Amino acid sequence: MTLISAKNISVNHGNAIILQNVTLDINAGEIVTIVGPNGSGKSTLLRAFIGATPLKSGTLTRKDGLRIGYVPQKLHIDPTLPMSVARFLSIPLRVSASAAKDALEQAGSGALASRQMSDLSGGQFQRVILARALLGKPELLILDEATQGLDQPGSADFYRQIESLRETLGCAVMMVSHELHVVMAASDRVICLNGHVCCEGAPEVVASAPEYRALFGSGTQGALALYRHDHDHHHHAHDHEHEDA
Amino acid sequence: MDILDSFLVRAALAGLGVALAAAPLGCFVVWRRMAYFGEATAHASILGIALALSFSTSILAGVLIVALLMGWSVSTLSGRGYAMDTLLGVMAHSALAIGLVAVSFLQGVRIDLMAYLFGDILAVSRFDLLIVWIGVLLVLLLLWWRWSALLTATLSNDLAHAAGIDPRREQMVLTIALAVVVAVAIKVVGVLLIAALLIIPAAAARPFAGTPERMAFIAAGIGAISAMAGLQAAYIFDTPTGPTIVCVAATCFVLGGLLNLLKGRVAG
Repeated sequence: MTLISAKNISVNHGNAIILQNVTLDINAGEIVTIVGPNGSGKSTLLRAFIGATPLKSGTLTRKDGLRIGYVPQKLHIDPTLPMSVARFLSIPLRVSASAAKDALEQAGSGALASRQMSDLSGGQFQRVILARALLGKPELLILDEATQGLDQPGSADFYRQIESLRETLGCAVMMVSHELHVVMAASDRVICLNGHVCCEGAPEVVASAPEYRALFGSGTQGALALYRHDHDHHHHAHDHEHEDA
Repeated sequence: MDILDSFLVRAALAGLGVALAAAPLGCFVVWRRMAYFGEATAHASILGIALALSFSTSILAGVLIVALLMGWSVSTLSGRGYAMDTLLGVMAHSALAIGLVAVSFLQGVRIDLMAYLFGDILAVSRFDLLIVWIGVLLVLLLLWWRWSALLTATLSNDLAHAAGIDPRREQMVLTIALAVVVAVAIKVVGVLLIAALLIIPAAAARPFAGTPERMAFIAAGIGAISAMAGLQAAYIFDTPTGPTIVCVAATCFVLGGLLNLLKGRVAG
């Protein structure tokens, strides 16, 4: 079942073209990872999917009543706004204390409920934001570089959590990440983005080693090659290409 | 004898009403860093008063319309090349200046400008009181109804979008609430001090609150105490009422800050 379907969507910020003709479906229960260099429109794509940025053209179709859990890249809570963890979990919908406790445990951050959000460490903060997203019983969980500011073991931990959440909740996951090697192992599909979809890989996460290596190895190589390439010069050329058009 | 016959009772009820509505709204003004926005709306109301007098319509209507226009134009213009505080600085003071000039053109109408700038709570009539409380109840109802959505949009526009809440609509809700509070608060504290009534109780409540709701309730308490004690003090010391109310609120802020500092010392 398709949860969200984007057909040829384009997004501009002012005169700059951020996304062009992106076509992408997210199906129930799959984990899709978006990779790409800085400024390639990864976050914009996610924001378009949650309806936070207007489309210049193209169509975005959501399943009726689709429940989305969104975990932003960074959440700044103004210091003048007092916010306990328990209260934060009840935004926007009130949840019972036991539901909040369960979600915190699912996100791997039990025993934080009475703390203030401002007192949490980076990792705890991200897990609480994840817990909040889980409370809406999402069919689609959208994570925007959710492991920023976490160390290697911390983010590996975080992604293992995401994988096990998919198992227990059955939700689809769409995420953006820089940490290719960590994320790829946990993904059903990898989208390489640079203003447009450059390539799509489908690394099957299965136990049988040779197949896994064949699929995943080539996927990683392709994405990494492109990734380096774009960092050097490709992105620049890409912009000009659109300006000329 | 009707209890509302006493001008002091009417003043107290008007002050209490405005304080109760201004406090929770003021919390949003503080959380969203809209302090200057509140100021701009308040200053623009002088222009509303001038327009209302020259077209001989009700002052309330004039103020409401101009305050709403102000809110709408600031929301529309923001993000078009000017920083928000620059834009608001320009609009707030221009509106105030244009209003003051416009008032001076009004011939044949004798108006007491000071009453609008600093409030005239002791002259609140029964009808004024009715208007104040209708406005107060409207604002409180609006905030109660939209509370969760407003809070979500205040945390993050993206979180709001993901939850199906349109942050622009919530901004509009706040603009409307602000316009209503300004319109009814003019009589109580005057144009120049309305922003104080919004911001100071909320700021004073911050150190004692662990959740947004508690902050709003504590702010309402501080606002109510300021209104009552300010009225009392103004009566005893024969000082202007509006500024005295704000002085009491400011004292609460300072005492709260000191108390919090001491608490930190003891804990640390």
